Amino acid sequence: MVVTGKGGVGKSTVALALGMKAAERGRRTIVCEVASQERISHAFHRASVGFKETELQPNLYAISIDPDEAMREYVLLSLKVKAMRDLLFRSKLFTYLAAATPGLRELVTIGKVWELALDQRKVKSAKSYDLVILDAPATGHGVGFLQTPKTFANVARVGPIATQAETLNKFLTNHRKTGVAIVALPEEMPVNETASLERDLTRTVNVAVDQIFLNGLYPQRFTAGDDDALGKALDKLTGPPQDAVAAALAVSRRARAQREQLARLESITRAPVTTLPFLFKPELEAEELRELVAVVP
Amino acid sequence: MTSVADLVRDKRILICAGPGGVGKTTTSAAIAAGMAARGLKVAVLTIDPAKRLADSLGLPELGNVERQVDPMLFTKAGVDPGGGELWAMMLDSKATFDDVVAKNAPDEETRDAVLSNRIYKELSSALAGSQEYMAMEKLYEIWSEDRYDLLVLDTPPSRNALDFLEAPNRLLQFIEGRSLQVFLAPTGFAAKVAGRGTSVMFSILRRITGVDLLQDLSEFFGAFSGMVGGFRERATKVNELLADEHSTFVVVCGPQSETIAEASYFRDKLAEQKLPFGGAIVNKVHRAGRELPDDGGDTLRKALGEELGDRVVANYEDYHLLAERDRQNIERLATELGTDVIIEVPYLDDDVHDLVGLMEVNRHLFGPDALRVKTE
Repeated sequence: MVVTGKGGVGKSTVALALGMKAAERGRRTIVCEVASQERISHAFHRASVGFKETELQPNLYAISIDPDEAMREYVLLSLKVKAMRDLLFRSKLFTYLAAATPGLRELVTIGKVWELALDQRKVKSAKSYDLVILDAPATGHGVGFLQTPKTFANVARVGPIATQAETLNKFLTNHRKTGVAIVALPEEMPVNETASLERDLTRTVNVAVDQIFLNGLYPQRFTAGDDDALGKALDKLTGPPQDAVAAALAVSRRARAQREQLARLESITRAPVTTLPFLFKPELEAEELRELVAVVP
Repeated sequence: MTSVADLVRDKRILICAGPGGVGKTTTSAAIAAGMAARGLKVAVLTIDPAKRLADSLGLPELGNVERQVDPMLFTKAGVDPGGGELWAMMLDSKATFDDVVAKNAPDEETRDAVLSNRIYKELSSALAGSQEYMAMEKLYEIWSEDRYDLLVLDTPPSRNALDFLEAPNRLLQFIEGRSLQVFLAPTGFAAKVAGRGTSVMFSILRRITGVDLLQDLSEFFGAFSGMVGGFRERATKVNELLADEHSTFVVVCGPQSETIAEASYFRDKLAEQKLPFGGAIVNKVHRAGRELPDDGGDTLRKALGEELGDRVVANYEDYHLLAERDRQNIERLATELGTDVIIEVPYLDDDVHDLVGLMEVNRHLFGPDALRVKTE
């Protein structure tokens, strides 16, 4: 399962909550971070996860996919002759190509996710997983990351890279096995972007968008009738109680505006929308995440 | 200092950088509108504005040329900009890239060879870094024309703020692959000089990549080789412009600890590259009002009834929790950045989608210098 969406919408949190849920249900699950954010280690108070499959709690693993490490592993797995590998790793040309070729880092990252999801792992004596969750990088512009294999297959046309890219593209677009979840926020721009992201992912990349998570939905603590009462009381009160009423009105208005965005999101997207509550917590760590785990499907 | 007006005093270029999803575009547009309202001729180069905001300012999609925002909109928003003008442009990075190629190509043949190269076509829009490079390219171009008092650049929605600084160099390194070209096309003299080691290397690489890809790459670098000098020269000039005393960077972030951490990292990188740092703008800050005294709950219950009063109290407690977190994070940010130039914009109740909304944001961005807006 690929968890995607714009920056700052809470992808990592949702990915981790989904992982915790699956693990609790007895599925051997791994959550993959990219771009060395190490948010998972933060949530679980670990030094760092790194490029190794690390157990967080029963059935729940995490890995931070570093493209350089993933590239190294790919070469190790595809070139069996040691002398050749050594020559390659020492070569300036290879270092240059690996660093400069656009999209290669994304490609090997997806490649590692694919390897983790194999029934017969390529990494020696590694066990297979029931579920692999990818906390995808923020979609800056459109669908870039998930489209990398397709772009590579087009550019390379023939040869081992083209074959590998084609394999990865088939893996991502296999609707039975791979699903995408988009995380969104209940605000106007993010809702519009989610709709166009869903469209691009479905039409251009041809992946299955199974689920949309609307994150950070305020609780609706006040009714329209409450608002009237609050509005009337606002002018009569002074000092801190007046601030408290103003805060209640602000939260109430925002909660209502968010529900309008929710309705709009549901009307302009095809995948089912699941709402996740705004957590009034200073920082989200494993404990707080359990509140989300309770509500994710 | 708590006003953007101080931040951009004597500046001609303001670059708003920051992680995605923190409201960079709105902030850039608001600053540009605010300075135009103060009588300057301002252009904002933006990447991805909300459609409603773009529509309300009369901007068609992906123009790649600046358009003036109708002065009547200022009047309607209750502002008299005097001689000020607001211009805005949405960046089309593919079109800019094509322009740059056309400008740098020594002849038509080279230009067509690059523009029709398969790798170029795949990469010019998808290539990580091309958007950042093109944003700077366009900035330089408009600055050279010397038509504005102030340019505000809204940076591309990168995964993190740093991408904006690093991506152009990565792109340059890639197209500058002159040494690589020798390896990729080991024929004639080059092959003789490079000798056997290279051909072994070549055959190993071929096993990994496939020969076709190497050929396309070779053509790509071949076509680009005549232009690399022009690209490099331009990049140097752009860097000089960014490091100039008339330029300044602000980092736009949110009050959460992750984006705060990113902001201080960004500041370090700016210092490393000797680029000027102006300050930070923190958006969506939860601001608590005064704390309820012991009898505050009773006052509220009396005024609103038991049940509603309790809910208001509970809500206020939650709100305070977030406000307290934000306050601590912002304090940490000030310490880490070593600056007192931190401008806070509270979490606003409404989305910003027109000039009136931008002026409302400006009440916070410009703080004590905010213009009095006459609205009926």
